[in-house]
Amino acid sequence: MDPGIFDFFVRIFTFFQLFCTNNSAFLLQNCMKFLRQQPRIRRGLTSEGRMVQTAISGSATDVGHPALARAGERVLLSGNEAIARGVWEAGARLAAAYPGTPSTEILETLSLFPELYAQWSVNEKVALEVAIGASLTGARAFCAMKQVGMNVASDALMTITIPGVAGGLVIAIADDIGLSSSQNEQDSRYWGRFAHVPILEPADSQEALEMARYAFELSEAHATPVILRCTTRVCHVKARVTLGERVARDTPGFRRDPARWVVNPINAQRQLPLQAERDRQLSLVTETSALNFVTRGPDRRIGIVASGPAYLHVRDAFPNVPVLKLGLSYPVPLGLVARFAAEVDELVVVEETEPLLEQAIRAAGIRARGKDLLPSLGELTPEVLRRALGPLLGEPAASPFPYPAVTPFPRPPTLCAACPHSGMYYVLARLKKKVFISGDIGCYALGAGPPWNALDTVVAMGASMGIALGLDKARSAADRSKSIVAVIGDSTFLHMGMQGLIDIVYHQGNVTVIILDNRTTAMTGGQDNASSGRGLRKEDAPRVSFPQLVAALGVRPERIRVVDPYQLPVLARTVREETEIPEPSVVIAERPCVLSDFYHATPPYRVVEEDCTGCGNCLNVGCPAIQVIRTEQKVLKTGTATELKFTVIDPVACTGCGMCVASCGPKAIVAAAAVQADTRAAVPSACATC
Amino acid sequence: MLRSQTLDIFVCGVGGQGVMTAADVLAQAAIAHGYDCKKSEIAGLSQRGGVVTSQVRIGPHIESPVIGPGCADLLLAFELAEALRAAHQLKSGGIAMVNTIRLPPPVVSLGLYRYPDDPLGQMRAAGIRAYDIDAGAIARELGDLRLVNSVMLGAVADFLPFPAADLEAQLIERFRTRKPALLDQNRRAFAAGRQAARASRILAA
Repeated sequence: MDPGIFDFFVRIFTFFQLFCTNNSAFLLQNCMKFLRQQPRIRRGLTSEGRMVQTAISGSATDVGHPALARAGERVLLSGNEAIARGVWEAGARLAAAYPGTPSTEILETLSLFPELYAQWSVNEKVALEVAIGASLTGARAFCAMKQVGMNVASDALMTITIPGVAGGLVIAIADDIGLSSSQNEQDSRYWGRFAHVPILEPADSQEALEMARYAFELSEAHATPVILRCTTRVCHVKARVTLGERVARDTPGFRRDPARWVVNPINAQRQLPLQAERDRQLSLVTETSALNFVTRGPDRRIGIVASGPAYLHVRDAFPNVPVLKLGLSYPVPLGLVARFAAEVDELVVVEETEPLLEQAIRAAGIRARGKDLLPSLGELTPEVLRRALGPLLGEPAASPFPYPAVTPFPRPPTLCAACPHSGMYYVLARLKKKVFISGDIGCYALGAGPPWNALDTVVAMGASMGIALGLDKARSAADRSKSIVAVIGDSTFLHMGMQGLIDIVYHQGNVTVIILDNRTTAMTGGQDNASSGRGLRKEDAPRVSFPQLVAALGVRPERIRVVDPYQLPVLARTVREETEIPEPSVVIAERPCVLSDFYHATPPYRVVEEDCTGCGNCLNVGCPAIQVIRTEQKVLKTGTATELKFTVIDPVACTGCGMCVASCGPKAIVAAAAVQADTRAAVPSACATC
Repeated sequence: MLRSQTLDIFVCGVGGQGVMTAADVLAQAAIAHGYDCKKSEIAGLSQRGGVVTSQVRIGPHIESPVIGPGCADLLLAFELAEALRAAHQLKSGGIAMVNTIRLPPPVVSLGLYRYPDDPLGQMRAAGIRAYDIDAGAIARELGDLRLVNSVMLGAVADFLPFPAADLEAQLIERFRTRKPALLDQNRRAFAAGRQAARASRILAA
């Protein structure tokens, strides 16, 4: 069999699977399944008026998700799922988050528990503020975010730590060490030192559950928010977990206390000494905490201090070496460390990324090694540790890896077949010589890659707006003719982009803002947001209208253009017109994400082989359903050699968006069901590039 | 097969191929058999056609969830070039079970990179014991290309520290609860994968 044809079938299979293996869709299914089984839950009020809910029959495991199994059961859970279970067991009343890898599944799992109010917030700062409000009522409250999310939320964090909290407040921060899905590798343990809050660091799923539950107790005992800091190797590792019971809690309600909760300069000054006293108390707690313990070992030539998954890597690499494991890693239990150091010849601190423990330990006058031996970037693994620390134990220098690392080609992620963003990037790629393009964070950041290469900068959530304004206002004489375009998705615009647009309008920046509205927070797996028209549990919700919103921010109505990104000729004309007009304008491209259930596929297209000239222009759409089936070398009249690329369209991957039809000059792309010559004339003929 | 204290399996492929599901079934089977197990994954932007890897560690007691380069006992590769990309994860004497499907990404289609001619040959030349399974062809013969996942699990079933039947039971359990209509087909796919691995083993020997 022709291998080309075989590959073709394989692709059909692959893309079919792609649409079947959406994890969040699976979670949703289970969520719906669980909600449908509501009659199995008995609701009632206690004599104190408290709502209680009791499962009345059957095994909880048959509701689907292992995180919902009964107390005492031992199940396989990811760290994120385990945190959710721990939050639920702690009796938390409210949870809020903005999605972000590797933290997203925490809230998705929490949404399966009907006893909790859970929501996707517009950004991490609002999520934390919602949780603070809930804590003020005396309820236990939780919020989750990825590492960069805390940068956004930190304004609220840095001040709420002065009056502290009423009900337990726990903030899970997931650090993406190794940057699998992030723009930086920042170490969230810094927030403990910066904001005067304790840091708990689980190493695996069981600890994630237990620490999440304990974090609320610690929070209430010292009236402080508590940070549960995890990393990708906690969040996305599945391990066995023994489940516990949910504790029922009374909520006293909000008690007015303006001297505490109105954090103005006078009240803050008065309360700062309380914060200092709390620091002192916590530094005592950490010395005797059961979360900080020594794992004995006979080989005392070195002793290792470790926290988080690094502890597990150490145990794997050096099972005979004593280890001081810090679960409550801030405040650092310096007395405990000093006693441990006295028992070993040489103290080594093993921590991922920043040398925070090492610095604290050395500042206390305890001799220790750490980053002089270990890498400051990326993940630690048992193998990294064996190679770095083995020589201290007299182990022979590690042999090279048996097989060399080979990179056959890069396999970057791509936009999906029929992704509406590819239409916009097809157009922007053609305007590149005339525009600077300021991008943002989401699937559409993939526009920086081939075939479009149509982004000049991406920095932070919502940053496309301000950066575009700066590019405009400080432009040099050489760039006078350039237009500035900012590209941002619906969720990112609502998260942090809106404020930047206000600045663009207020200062009359010559910027064309493109809002790619696909009604979904797509990059993190398709979470709903305020522009989706529904909430975390898929309940109906009010939907933000972007045309009305930007009009209210001051964009002139004539400069607000709503377009269909599948209509390439109209799209190209609209974007070109707006970039040529020297005032703030907004182009709103509306089409749902193809992975969302708002999207409805239509019949596929195909390439008529005898009409394909091999120009390869359809490949510039960047649709993965379009494949090169053969190439041909050709010498042009000018004498330059070129490669013709003849294409086919995978009929299963193709969902009939039709963007490629407009890209095809010779009109060789037609509806797959109708390939006769007479039907070709019916195909839209305008080519966006002509 | 459990020569050392643990069996470390590195699973790799392309987003959408079912790498995570296969790793999940392996982990569940190990636990059902009474082993400890940790399963780690890097999905990144996997839904968008990127590289997906998962690490499954099985043994009496597992500490670290990470295998690390040069340490895997078994490589379960769902795509040919991805097998080559992950080959350095294997320890000396490790075994690679490779689905010979070729899925060239758009950067290859666009002519920016070349898909290697013979990744399996490259691996074997480096001294890796690599078994090749044409899982796509087997699945298609059985009538459904989606069976590739079950074929590959079948292929690896006789290299695990527990009976192949335990792995099959986990696979069946998954389909029993989620897609009962596909149960028999998947059972056949699993058996065909086992058979193919045996055939490849004889050829390799």
